[in-house]
Amino acid sequence: MKSIMDLRNDLDNNKTTHTDLFNEAILKAHKYQDEFNSFVTIMDNMYYTKSDTLIDGIPYALKDNFSTKGILTTASSNILKDYIPVYDATVYKKLKDAGAVLVGKTVLDELAMGGTGTTGHTGSVKNPWDPSRQIGGSSSGSAASVALGIVPFSIGSDTGDSIRKPAAFGGVVGFKPTYGRISRYGLFAFASSLDHVGVFARNVKDTAIVTDIIKGKDERDMTSLPDENINYVDNLDNDIKGKKLFYIKEVVDLNLYKDAGEETISVLNKFYETVEKCKKLGFEVDEVSVDEKLLKAIYPSYMTISCAEATSNNSNLTGIIFGPRGEGKNINEIMFDARTKGFSELIKRRFIQGSYILQRENQERLFKNAQRLRRIIVDKMNEFYEKYDAMILPASGGIAPKFDSEIDRMSDRYLILENHMAIANFGGFPSITIPNGMVNNMPIGLNITGACFKDSLTLNIANKIEEELGYKNLIKEEYDV
Amino acid sequence: MYNVTIGLEVHCEINTNSKNFSWAKNSYSEYPNENIDTVDLGFPGVLPVLNKEAFRKSLMMALALNCKTPDVVMFDRKNYYYPDLPKGYQITQMTKPVGIDGYVMINVDGKDIKVGIHDIHLEEDTASMEHFSDYSLLDYNRAGVPLLETVTTPSLHSADEAITFLETLKGIFLYTGVSEARTDRGEMRVDVNISLSKDDTLGTRTEMKNINSFNNVRLAIESEIKRQTEILDSGKIVEQETRRFDEKQLKTYLMRSKADAIDYKYYIEPNIPPIKISDEYINSIKKEIPMLQFDRVNKYMNELGLSRYDAEILVHDKQISDYFERVISMGVDAKSASNWITTTVMGYLNKENKKISDICLKEEYLVELIKLVQDGKISSKQSKQIFEHVVTENKRPKDLVKSLGMTQITDENVIRPIVIKLLDDYPNLIEDHKKGKNTFDFFVGQVMKQTRGQANPSITANIIKEEIEKR
Repeated sequence: MKSIMDLRNDLDNNKTTHTDLFNEAILKAHKYQDEFNSFVTIMDNMYYTKSDTLIDGIPYALKDNFSTKGILTTASSNILKDYIPVYDATVYKKLKDAGAVLVGKTVLDELAMGGTGTTGHTGSVKNPWDPSRQIGGSSSGSAASVALGIVPFSIGSDTGDSIRKPAAFGGVVGFKPTYGRISRYGLFAFASSLDHVGVFARNVKDTAIVTDIIKGKDERDMTSLPDENINYVDNLDNDIKGKKLFYIKEVVDLNLYKDAGEETISVLNKFYETVEKCKKLGFEVDEVSVDEKLLKAIYPSYMTISCAEATSNNSNLTGIIFGPRGEGKNINEIMFDARTKGFSELIKRRFIQGSYILQRENQERLFKNAQRLRRIIVDKMNEFYEKYDAMILPASGGIAPKFDSEIDRMSDRYLILENHMAIANFGGFPSITIPNGMVNNMPIGLNITGACFKDSLTLNIANKIEEELGYKNLIKEEYDV
Repeated sequence: MYNVTIGLEVHCEINTNSKNFSWAKNSYSEYPNENIDTVDLGFPGVLPVLNKEAFRKSLMMALALNCKTPDVVMFDRKNYYYPDLPKGYQITQMTKPVGIDGYVMINVDGKDIKVGIHDIHLEEDTASMEHFSDYSLLDYNRAGVPLLETVTTPSLHSADEAITFLETLKGIFLYTGVSEARTDRGEMRVDVNISLSKDDTLGTRTEMKNINSFNNVRLAIESEIKRQTEILDSGKIVEQETRRFDEKQLKTYLMRSKADAIDYKYYIEPNIPPIKISDEYINSIKKEIPMLQFDRVNKYMNELGLSRYDAEILVHDKQISDYFERVISMGVDAKSASNWITTTVMGYLNKENKKISDICLKEEYLVELIKLVQDGKISSKQSKQIFEHVVTENKRPKDLVKSLGMTQITDENVIRPIVIKLLDDYPNLIEDHKKGKNTFDFFVGQVMKQTRGQANPSITANIIKEEIEKR
């Protein structure tokens, strides 16, 4: 499958045109739509503004929780099923200005809350490698559209691991840089203190190219970081000799997973193989120890904080100014009706939890304690980052789950191995998942998480490891051949 | 009789070009939903961007109210559902507001009182709603307008004190230029907390929300004191509750009891990072705060010898007060300047419904006018005529004196023959005068008439006195 740079060469040498690329992408999008359901909206018309960037003329997909003026944006929720925004998200505007061509808006878990790709109002997204399996979420369609080879890159959002987990399950690269590196303006807020914008692509270099385009200070987002004036793509091949990596023993120790299935053991073995390859590359890799109790607190803390913020962030969805107007005898009844009909049960449950967490009598015990745990975990990570350049861990404890699989949410595998990537959201750390080979013919991922502001180094490290591993530009069609 | 304790929460819109967190215009408009923006309407994905001017002005107000300012300012969310609140939460301040623990000095009936300021915080206004029998209308022009809430400690004890505090606070808003504080446009709205008690402890308080004029604040306080007094007199207890003041019935009505109090689920606004405040920044703001009314009144009384009455009139409008200070700095005594400004100048402004900056009355012209009278060059009556010409024609008083032929007659050799002739004509009135009847003013009047008002009145009076005594 061609990378952005391959397509760039084709465009520059007049072997193809942006219109051809758009039409090919649209054809593929339609071809795969029924089976995999990547898109809420596939574009009928091409909107293209010529530019001189590397992504000029390159097609891409955008998660359907980014505001796009004049283009339906549903957040995969019934309450926004007919919502057409009146303004552009900064990311969308930057891509448009850079000449990228929008192919479609991708399916997500409703309001980006969820990690299965099964809760969107237009149905489940299927895994391109095995349609009986999930792609994960919440950036499900953005992952699938890249994994299917429809587009060379796509944009997602990541609050817990919503880019990096589906990237692992889809065999593609998923990256979210430091909190504030990319403007959140126009991203429908889920949990503002954890929300990140990020990129899916089929290799690290393409990821860096796109990140270079969409990063930067935005006067519309007070949390956006000042510009750094460097190009990540120019620093991908920097020498990494002597760079230090670490992994957390309590996450990947094989002794902890004696009762886990063969699949988890294979994932962990693959991880340790990669550790050895990293050492061969010139990295120093150490095993560090973190109190297991702290690791087990990641998921509940994440749920507590994210549900609380989500409750507040989604309080604008009342059907008064936009969205379907509810029915009722008075204003309260009208809002109540709109919200009752507009959200799925799962979302309502999260809002009720969030509301409970924020109640005066519960805030100290639940919300504030979760924030304290978040702070302790981040402090612990920053201690490690004084000595190390990045953390490496498996992106998941297994391959993409089947749609009908039962997950024991209280198991160690679930509590730690499936949820540790939220650490990067807690601390705003740059974090990338790259393909780490195959287990049972399904892709698995390696997660690399750097220190805040070390986006360039994190991509540099990822690029070097990717080179060594050789799982670049994976898509199912070509892999089978 | 009970001890009355009152605390006020005063909401005042800040005077800025754009709204508190968006680029929409902050401007009063007759047309609904004209000054609106995606941010203020809470469209999905929008983020607040703090208005620097609103932030600076809120800190200025905090400093003017002698508040402590934090080293880091933070914003919080107040969560509740209502259609006038598009986001479903209001961005406000609780954790680290722009100011805490301040005070304002007020003067009630000549007595100085210190009113505690619990805190002052910056937030955003809501939309305005109009309810009809089977529908409601929403106007989002006001949604997102920067709003400063000043919360007093329970340190007021009468309607008079409350109103004086509000007048003083309004004066500070006007003096600092933070707000125009126009109650007629709903720019200043007051919540009143009030409790009664037999002793020094605080009784159970009730709250009356959103009162939109100072007069209604007075009426609401009076009616609530009456209601609570009746309850306590009959041996019952006052319930903690929120009440609505009905200005037609002059009564307060129950809105909601404490049991129905809303839990606003405050938490720190994640989209606005904590803002560090440097000493330099604070000092630069402090420099811009002018001397305020309370201090000016004291200065005018203690240093310039004016009466409280005159001082208070002078400081009412900062433009006037500043004008007064410029005039006296040019060598006119404070009393004369004050008399001129509070009577002639302000009389004219009131009549014409103008501000001092609207008329052509350069400070040096007023100084010249006052000096012309003091030097006996023109009479006080003439000076009033010249004043009218100055403000309408923008000419120097000295030039007007010439062109209007208004030089005063101070030459005794001109006045004395007129007086002698007059006394000759009215011998019987001289007799009446000597018997104690007041005919003196008649003679002065006649001299003025014959000189078309140009004779210097005091010289004229002296000559009449001398001439009568000779006879």
